[in-house]
Amino acid sequence: MTVATPMSSVLLVITASVIGSFGAVYLKLGAAPRQKGLKYILNGRLLFGIALYIGSSIPFVMGVRHGELSVLYPMVSTGYVCTMLWSRIFFGEPITWPKLGALLIIVAGIVCINLGGR
Amino acid sequence: MQTATPAPRSRKPVYMVLGCTVFAAAAQIMMKYGATHVMPAVDFANPATFVPFLLALLTNYPLVLGYVLSAGNALLLILALRDGQLSTLYPIISLTFVWVNLLSIYLFGDHMNLWKAVGIVLVITGVAVLGKASETA
Repeated sequence: MTVATPMSSVLLVITASVIGSFGAVYLKLGAAPRQKGLKYILNGRLLFGIALYIGSSIPFVMGVRHGELSVLYPMVSTGYVCTMLWSRIFFGEPITWPKLGALLIIVAGIVCINLGGR
Repeated sequence: MQTATPAPRSRKPVYMVLGCTVFAAAAQIMMKYGATHVMPAVDFANPATFVPFLLALLTNYPLVLGYVLSAGNALLLILALRDGQLSTLYPIISLTFVWVNLLSIYLFGDHMNLWKAVGIVLVITGVAVLGKASETA
């Protein structure tokens, strides 16, 4: 395949990833209460998180319409980097060396898969 | 509150996110199929054009299935996030790449090569490190 991947597609997929990372933050905010029962499961934060998650699929679908998946999927790793940052900011989760190392290994892996896909 | 010597966390949330990656990979493949469907044009000034578009959207079965799988993915992720740390659980989703690439070889006739193999090994290694980190973090 020699289909070029337009920059607009790359930006759309990155936008989707960043929206998705905020989606994860709100899912965590909404999922935090451990009480059982529907009224605790369905709360505003969770619904907003789901909305962001679903919303993020719109630029994603628009992005993957043109271009190669093997080029576009690595852009999703932007979301993992953002999420680790948001976890620190919003939930006070420490950024430890194993976490940072694992993230770097994963991003390197995704880049390698990308290189293999070209 | 964090105690002085935190008890090892359950691995259950990690396994739940691993389940999410299977849903997510299937959803992405379906959305790729769905995105190639020809859709009728929508004129926002003319509401009558919404009907054929919505009908086409609802009968775009790969896309619909993609969304259903995404919903399953989100539900499982919510349950996993109740007990685990977001920073250790969320990057595990990257395993989706591994499944998508392996499925693409089978479904789209993509070829395996050294870069892809190295990438897949790296992603799995990173996820394993996170899984380990989630026990003590």
